[in-house]
Amino acid sequence: MKAFTPRTLQTVTLVVVVVALILLALGGYLTPLTRVVLNPVISAQTWLATRYQAIQNYFSAPQDLALLRQRNAELEAEVSRLETEIIELNQQISETRILSALLGYAQEHPENRIMAASVIGRDTNPFLRYVIINRGSDDNLRRGMPVVTEQGLVGRIAAVTPQAARVQLITDPGSNVNVRLEPSRAQAVLQGQITGEVALDMIPQAANVQSGDLLLTSGLGGNYPADILIGQVTGVRRRDYDIFQRASVQPVVDFSNLEIVLVITNFRPVDISPLVPTPAAPGPG
Amino acid sequence: MAIPILGGLLMLQSAVISRIPLLHGTADLVLLAVVAWALQERVETGWHWAILAGLLVGFISALPLVAALAGYLMTVGIVLLLRRRVWQAPILAMFVATVLGTLLMHGISFVSLRLLGTPLPWRESLNLITIPSLLLNLVLAIPIYALLSDLANWLYPEELEV
Repeated sequence: MKAFTPRTLQTVTLVVVVVALILLALGGYLTPLTRVVLNPVISAQTWLATRYQAIQNYFSAPQDLALLRQRNAELEAEVSRLETEIIELNQQISETRILSALLGYAQEHPENRIMAASVIGRDTNPFLRYVIINRGSDDNLRRGMPVVTEQGLVGRIAAVTPQAARVQLITDPGSNVNVRLEPSRAQAVLQGQITGEVALDMIPQAANVQSGDLLLTSGLGGNYPADILIGQVTGVRRRDYDIFQRASVQPVVDFSNLEIVLVITNFRPVDISPLVPTPAAPGPG
Repeated sequence: MAIPILGGLLMLQSAVISRIPLLHGTADLVLLAVVAWALQERVETGWHWAILAGLLVGFISALPLVAALAGYLMTVGIVLLLRRRVWQAPILAMFVATVLGTLLMHGISFVSLRLLGTPLPWRESLNLITIPSLLLNLVLAIPIYALLSDLANWLYPEELEV
């Protein structure tokens, strides 16, 4: 029988030592030893890495700074571009909402032929409440055509040029609109005020008018089509010695933020002035 | 030069300034420009500016053309009188002319609208429109004067005697 050779003995010893070390490591018996051995190595490694990093930073930082500044400028430009895009999109959303509401109005009132117009200016005189729209006689707009929004009555066209028109708002001090109150069906006259508000006058004393009553155009006088919503009564002043009642009104249209309006193009105002009797007119017979 | 300046100011007035009221009054850039221009020492086209301003405003506004024209012409008349008397203190003259011009324009507007049947109560008109407008005009008087003064110096440079 051949005895173990030295080579075989060496291999077996190595395997036994390795297995023993693995078992000791798995059992946790080598931890103190590992700590004693590794601590100086780690400290040295840390010191070396820190110094290397410092040296690397010293040489590479200026280049990085320039790159960072350049990148920062690019990102700022990108942010600025995106912010502009967001503003434009918000504007488009706002316009789409308005147009959608106006389209809803058109679908709800198929009897009216309407044309949308943008408000491009206001009267320069503070005593007057007029707006200027970007449609005119080239678009077949005529004097007297009523102007509305999806909410309610705005006013009527007072003057026309080929590409623009001036609209007298119902809040103008010179504006008078014949209205009907619902549910009482009483007739009254809506007058613009110098404060930009509207007030209701000429309400018959017998009419039962309450806060919250709705105001619609009556169609009397031929200046406006009937049944266009104007607003709501917010307060009534009734005195026994007055001939008529008066009331304050909250319009449904926000006149300070008019952007897009609708012109009812198939309505022709009726001129009733020849039918109104004048003191100089000769009597019958 | 008057057409682009007054036209631009009128567009600015209609599109922007009219939407920024103090109570219910607004500044009148066209009036301020006409006043500031007429106050310039070497300028002799004040009347031209007044006529042009009256025509432009009369065209844009629902105010009768005659009223707008008369208002600006009378304002320039007052400014020229002031220029002869207080020419050594142009800023003071600008303030005085702004006050008088604003009151005159508003007075003419008020009377003409009343004559046309618009029921304007004078007390509310004064408190809610004229006085706030006057304040805004006084605030803007100096910047407008400075701009028009630079323009006048550029167009009519002072002649130097050699």
